Amino acid sequence: MARAILTVPAKARVGEVVEVRALIQHPMETGYRSDAAGQRLPSDLVRRVECRFDGELVLAGELHAAIAANPYLAFALRVPHNGTLSVTWQGDRGFTHTESARIDVT
Amino acid sequence: MMRRRQLVLAPAAALLCRPAHATPATLQAAIEAFTGGAPLREGRIRLDVSTLVENGNTVPVSLSLDGAGGSGTSDAVRRMALFTERNPRPDVAVFEFGPLAGAPRVATRMRLATSQTLVAVAQMVDGSFWQHRVQVIVTLAACVEGG
Repeated sequence: MARAILTVPAKARVGEVVEVRALIQHPMETGYRSDAAGQRLPSDLVRRVECRFDGELVLAGELHAAIAANPYLAFALRVPHNGTLSVTWQGDRGFTHTESARIDVT
Repeated sequence: MMRRRQLVLAPAAALLCRPAHATPATLQAAIEAFTGGAPLREGRIRLDVSTLVENGNTVPVSLSLDGAGGSGTSDAVRRMALFTERNPRPDVAVFEFGPLAGAPRVATRMRLATSQTLVAVAQMVDGSFWQHRVQVIVTLAACVEGG
């Protein structure tokens, strides 16, 4: 199972813009490289990432081989109310991982 | 400083990583696939990346709107895309901003196969497209392709 880190503040004011940082452990194998025996390494990529707050879209990304291993994203979220931020990564070989974090407004 | 082992491996890595790269033509095709052939103007979007990159394997890049006072509203931009001229493929990423995006910006880390031009393109809510091109010099290339 992949390891992922999702960093957001646990508390925010209503309407506050907070920084979200998301990192997932993944090789992002390009499919262009060969191993020591000359065998082409098949591509193994995270293709899509979606960040939603209680189902409403914050940011979606379509990723390609030029994204570095262990894809990292940083972006801004406007917190409308209490809720849960979830980030879902999807990729080759049925790869899928969701990481969630609760944000309470004060 | 390079250690001895890195000195020995560097030429081998250079041979293994020799890229059959994208060309200005494929870059142009990728950008047109994003814009749908709409006119592309300079400005609005800002691509932040170090112009001298030591390690092409993980290069921080940041896309943002270059609005009035440096902070545009997030509802002005619909999508942002990043393209490369000389990686094996021109596409890097496409980001779509939703209603809860707090600011028109996103940062990530990318690979650079060699010194080249990066192109950031923004699609605004009004349908206009804007670009920012940055030339970067890479001293250690990303091993994106085997020999």
